[in-house]
Amino acid sequence: METFYEVLRRQGITRRSFMKFCSLTATSLGLGSAFTGKIAHALETKPRTPVLWMHGLECTCCSESFIRSAHPLAQDVVLSMLSLDYDDTLMASAGADAQAILEEIQQKYKGNYILAVEGNPPLNEDGMFCITAGKPFVEELKRVASDAKMVIAWGACASYGCVQAAKPNPTQATPIHKVITDKPIVRVPGCPPIAEVMTAVVTYMLTFDRLPELDRTGRPKMFYGQRIHDKCYRRPHFDAGQFVEQWDDEGARKGYCLYKVGCKGPTTYNACSTVRWNEGVSFPIGSGHGCIGCSEDGFWDKGSFYDRLTSIHQFGIESNADQVGGTVAAVAGTAVAVHAGLTALKRSRVDHDKEFPVREGGNGQWGK
Amino acid sequence: MSYETQGFKLDDSGKRVVVDPVTRIEGHMRVEVNLDSQNVIRNAVSTGTMWRGLEVILKGRDPRDAWAFTERICGVCTGTHALTSVRAVENALGIQIPENANTIRNIMQLTLQAHDHLVHFYHLHALDWVDVVSALKADPKATAELAQGISSWGMSSTGYFRDLQNRLQKFVESGQLGPFMNGYWGNPAYKLPAEANLMAVAHYLQALDFQKEIVKIHTIFGGKNPHPNWLVGGVPCPINVHDTGAVGAINMERLNLVSSIIDQTIEFIDKVYIPDLLAIASFYKDWLYGGGLSSQCVLSYGDIPDKANDYSAANLMLPRGAITGGDLSRIQEVDLADPEQIQEFVDHSWYTYPDGVKGLHPYDGVTNAKFELGPKLKGTKTNIQEIDEGGKYSWIKAPRWRGHAMEVGPLARYIIGYAQNKAEFKEPVEKVLKTLDVPVTALFSTLGRTAARGLEASWAAHKMRYFMDKLMANIKAGDSSTANVEKWDPKSWPATARGVGFTEAPRGALGHWLTIKDGRIDNYQAIVPTTWNGSPRDAQGQIGAFEASLMNTPLAVANQPLEILRTLHSFDPCLACSTHVMAPDGAEMTRVTVR
Repeated sequence: METFYEVLRRQGITRRSFMKFCSLTATSLGLGSAFTGKIAHALETKPRTPVLWMHGLECTCCSESFIRSAHPLAQDVVLSMLSLDYDDTLMASAGADAQAILEEIQQKYKGNYILAVEGNPPLNEDGMFCITAGKPFVEELKRVASDAKMVIAWGACASYGCVQAAKPNPTQATPIHKVITDKPIVRVPGCPPIAEVMTAVVTYMLTFDRLPELDRTGRPKMFYGQRIHDKCYRRPHFDAGQFVEQWDDEGARKGYCLYKVGCKGPTTYNACSTVRWNEGVSFPIGSGHGCIGCSEDGFWDKGSFYDRLTSIHQFGIESNADQVGGTVAAVAGTAVAVHAGLTALKRSRVDHDKEFPVREGGNGQWGK
Repeated sequence: MSYETQGFKLDDSGKRVVVDPVTRIEGHMRVEVNLDSQNVIRNAVSTGTMWRGLEVILKGRDPRDAWAFTERICGVCTGTHALTSVRAVENALGIQIPENANTIRNIMQLTLQAHDHLVHFYHLHALDWVDVVSALKADPKATAELAQGISSWGMSSTGYFRDLQNRLQKFVESGQLGPFMNGYWGNPAYKLPAEANLMAVAHYLQALDFQKEIVKIHTIFGGKNPHPNWLVGGVPCPINVHDTGAVGAINMERLNLVSSIIDQTIEFIDKVYIPDLLAIASFYKDWLYGGGLSSQCVLSYGDIPDKANDYSAANLMLPRGAITGGDLSRIQEVDLADPEQIQEFVDHSWYTYPDGVKGLHPYDGVTNAKFELGPKLKGTKTNIQEIDEGGKYSWIKAPRWRGHAMEVGPLARYIIGYAQNKAEFKEPVEKVLKTLDVPVTALFSTLGRTAARGLEASWAAHKMRYFMDKLMANIKAGDSSTANVEKWDPKSWPATARGVGFTEAPRGALGHWLTIKDGRIDNYQAIVPTTWNGSPRDAQGQIGAFEASLMNTPLAVANQPLEILRTLHSFDPCLACSTHVMAPDGAEMTRVTVR
């Protein structure tokens, strides 16, 4: 409905800051200030980048989360910032008319469209546990990926496999990087990811014309660089040894730390405790339930959501937590021990997937 | 081949039309129909085209975790599986939940009903009735008059609609139509005048902006949406309105926020959704196809227990019962634990049963996946051109209630409530029938299904207010309890236990059955609304609700599936829900090398 520039203006961004942004973009792309005008012109007039949003085995929570975005509004993203040319959850056409769009965009915008994947392909039964247009979804996924500029892996399904890949993974549901091996992929994990994180990743890519800075597992550092525990508003209670011992007890009503009833905040990298959910209204810990670690690889298979992290042996912090939990009095010394344990935890945390294709330097700059 | 079943004459001799994927649904689905020489559907075949195996994955897990796994069955009807799951575990272990927990759960479930129905109507279904491109021809002044004539909702000025139309014009001129590309614009089956189309486009966008507000109620009580958190024995959020630390719990500010969102939700549904529904319906009241099984066999388990821990029909605010043979004078009692009532069949589903076994109650459910296609298949195993409905043809099983294929969902609930003479369901239905000047039989149609959903959205929003008032009254009376932890510790559980939980999900009757052994899940089965509605044929050749609803519908343009989509969407299909079943032996399936 509007160009990218018009949308920015409507959202209160001035001409001056728009030009400043173009200048920064030119510099960051190594093009020099002479290109500022060209970039500005491009953003003012260029066609919206086509996005093909495909669904494999999933539950559609990522799409539902995406439309919850408040800034920018989902309607602005979908109708003004990019061109959502294929999304089987929202599109008007169906059947062969819908499939024709995939083909058309792939040809017309070869190398210039974004593929967004929600869900994952199952490989058992020749891929026929997920059928689109009479064929295995995995075939369609590979075909459409082959000419994409870059790929977004939405949510835990596309990034890691999620619930259908939990043991024993009966369909052999497979994260997308195992079948798309030659394209830059940004992983935006979570079940689902936070709405504004999703739209921020997309708008970052459209704005800076490149992938955001990624960590070594392919997640944007800006949202997945810190543990929920690091920025949790209940952290002072953890430090003070004040814990919820049981549901609805006095500690629960006072908003104490949920560590002892299973909170996975200390081992989960996500922005829940900072960006929060649904326009900042709350996040799981803020509403009295521990984090279940839904943005971490294999979180379904790490024991009960109510097991204290002590029982997850790979993290190696058994001894400390019980000491902390015991009495409030023992705070000072024990808390230090816990923090030491947690720092060690950071070093030893699971190396998600060594095969993950991240470009040199971790931020696949693209479009050159 | 032709034969008769359930009053329908199936004939597959005409031209075959395939729609795959069926879009604007949750999950993956295919439909094939045969058209006669007048382009009327004479045979319909619906195929669930995905399988995730969630119940296989649940085997051996902690029952207190099951809500999180089953919640991920569906992110659209988010929370309803989790609620069903905690109810099943509580039923198995005999756990009584506090009154506040029941009230908060009801508010969350009603929040889902209101949200899901609204998003379905505007974002999944509206484009079956609304021609977006036609809106460009509308007169903004006449649109404003239309909008102001049916509702006191703001944002209805001439200027507003003119501005929107200009944006739409620019969008279309850009040549990048996005989600509206390749739509069936201009198809003669679209009946709305340009002004109604423009108004509907405006509300499509407003509803997209507004829906994110409704779900904040889930965020307050459950920490996030989609996929809020739940708890066996109650709800995880404590209540603290008086004392120190109130900011870490449900306090006065949180309660006020919930209350304010409820008011906004009621207003949007009653001032935008319902008037739009009636306005659109008035142009389609002669298009009364799509009734399918609704005039014969409907089923509802009931939901929204007024008082905690009482799941009897009398305490459930959504109606419970079954109607068969179109006999509205006889509401039959439903018992989810009775092995004679609900059984699942796999004659045309991609599973096998042991020799000699026909139908199985979900407590004894057996599922071995077996992907094989019928002899009349056109194409190959991995390139299906035309499916053979004489063989196995869907990842969905065929559930039957006392041998009958049933329709579930808002229309089923409203028909049962109407037949039970419950004023809160009967009166709104009669008002709609009178407004549109159509007979009661008009209810048994695609339009009736869509109307029932709208009425239910309004019902749900007003019931949220009822339960919010109830919560406040209970807190005021001094009760702030939200969880019962007596049986939290698995050591307090019996060696074996089994239970069933049910809800009325937005799409219809939902049941979870589980067996617990030595503190772990031994068996888990879910029969979901789309398993009922999307059921394939059974051994007797009885068709399911989707298939029946497409029968005898004429297509205005043979190669445009507009009417097919319209009717299928009226059920709000959810395929990720429907197509996941249990292999009780956890059988390892063929491994395929990663390519």
